[in-house]
Amino acid sequence: MSGTVGTSVTAGVTARPADGAGPDRPPARRRSWRLGDMIVPVFAGLAFIYLMVPIAYTVAFSFNVPGRTNLLWRGFTLENWQNPCGAPQVCQSLVNSLQVGLIATVVATTLGTLIALALVRYKFRGRTLANLLIFLPMSTPEVVLGAALLAQFLSLRVNPGFTTVVLAHTMFCISFVVVTVKARVASLDPKLEEAAADLYASSWQAFWRVTFPLLLPGIAAAALLAFSLSFDDFIITNFNSGNFTTFPKFVYVSATRGIPAQANVIGSAMFFLALLLVVTAQVVSVARRRRR
Amino acid sequence: MSVVSALGHGGGTGTAAPPPSRRARGGAYLLLAPGLLYLGLFFVVPVFALLMTSLYVPVPGGDVGQFQPAFEWQNYVRSLETYWPQLVRSFSYAAIATILAFCIGYPMAYTIAVRARGRPFLQAMLLVLVIAPFFTSFILRTIAWKQILADEGFVVAALRAFSVLPPDGRLTATSVAVIAGLTYNFLPFMTLPIYANLERLDPRLIEAGADLYANGPTTFWRVTLPMSMPGVVSGTLLTFIPASGDFVNSVLLGNNSTTMIGQVIDSRFFKVSDYPTAASLSFVLMMAILVLVAAYIRRAGTEELL
Repeated sequence: MSGTVGTSVTAGVTARPADGAGPDRPPARRRSWRLGDMIVPVFAGLAFIYLMVPIAYTVAFSFNVPGRTNLLWRGFTLENWQNPCGAPQVCQSLVNSLQVGLIATVVATTLGTLIALALVRYKFRGRTLANLLIFLPMSTPEVVLGAALLAQFLSLRVNPGFTTVVLAHTMFCISFVVVTVKARVASLDPKLEEAAADLYASSWQAFWRVTFPLLLPGIAAAALLAFSLSFDDFIITNFNSGNFTTFPKFVYVSATRGIPAQANVIGSAMFFLALLLVVTAQVVSVARRRRR
Repeated sequence: MSVVSALGHGGGTGTAAPPPSRRARGGAYLLLAPGLLYLGLFFVVPVFALLMTSLYVPVPGGDVGQFQPAFEWQNYVRSLETYWPQLVRSFSYAAIATILAFCIGYPMAYTIAVRARGRPFLQAMLLVLVIAPFFTSFILRTIAWKQILADEGFVVAALRAFSVLPPDGRLTATSVAVIAGLTYNFLPFMTLPIYANLERLDPRLIEAGADLYANGPTTFWRVTLPMSMPGVVSGTLLTFIPASGDFVNSVLLGNNSTTMIGQVIDSRFFKVSDYPTAASLSFVLMMAILVLVAAYIRRAGTEELL
């Protein structure tokens, strides 16, 4: 779920039409509705605070003096940040999550991009069926996807573990990749490829030299989304992982006996890292647009 | 573009640009084959395996967790008889959480897309805030809610001070906490598609409403809201579907009387190895959601979903 973030931000920025509107001056006619003008932003402000409170808690408790559980405030310390791997299994589960996420992302992004190209660029029989096959995994709750895969692995007598988790994650990421890349393919002008063909490029060359570079932002967004979906997945992983532990599973399992503060350190670190990336990307793109 | 474009389509790029039709069809199938084969093997076949498992019967005289293939449709009757309250509860919690998320998410999306229009930096920063929860683990955030709503936390203290809660009243282990957790966890999925949609809304339409002597609220009800329906549909689906199958919130924030169907499926599978019951409940959940989604989309009049 985390990946959605960056991608949609970039989407928002790139998709915005270049309206040179400048600072927003409220239209004169709305003057009669001053009170209403204030209600919406104030309400939205409260909603933003609501969104931030649990994150503030997570970050704050990464600085808590370690104890048996991490539910009560004991005092401020930097100890946990200096020794993020101090609790057993925290870093191993993080490494596991990163590995699963990377493999699932590469496979799902490749397969999904190919499907997206086919769906937009070709007319073919069975399009409805293909669309349905892509839509269904997105409209099925995770618990059902997890149970179905487990039923299959059980009937094939496959032992759940690293491989089954990767297979499961790749599956649920494909549909999201298709939808993300499809929007990008649809916005491409097919005339560009025709122009390449007019210039004697083979269709292979035209694809790699013209189409692919233009698709790259969409593909990158899709990959980011796939990675974050995989990285934050708990329910499907829980069904198909056996003794293999990912980071969310580690946190969930340790919730009953007390989560080590190191888990909060890793959660907070991921948060700041992602925030830094998105803010940098925003600043760069805003600056670039100003220059233009 | 993620979720936004995911179910967000909302009137733009989705299925635009007529496909150049004269290409060889073989190419399309070549591109589709690997991905669709994968979905076939790891989505269609598993759902079929789930259906088969839901009809299994215990091996006579066998151990716990030993089943043999059969066509025991009675499994469905038995599962539904036993677990219909949890099923109904899941859908009610998910529906309430979806409505709350809409009430919170729409003003947020409107503020970012319409009020902050023309101020790209402010817009970007607000968008980052909406997305920020994604960056910390979903489980960690839910546990943070457990701390916030705990008996000794400030929320309970404040509610008790204002007599909203009785002096011994609590929030954790109640349905209020579970619904609050669901609303919180899926709020960005509601906000982002609505934002993506409002972002593309032509401001001249709102001005036109004003030119025709509509006041602010009227313009909103007659112009803005109807125009943003595709985003609302995507947002509600992206909130309702995962919320109805979720069990993390009900496990961490609820008690025995807030058990949701996902929790039942999970514990039937792992705690008692009752695979047929777990599988039949999963299948019922999937079918119920598909029927609800189909009916909802038909009502909302949005045909294109991808």
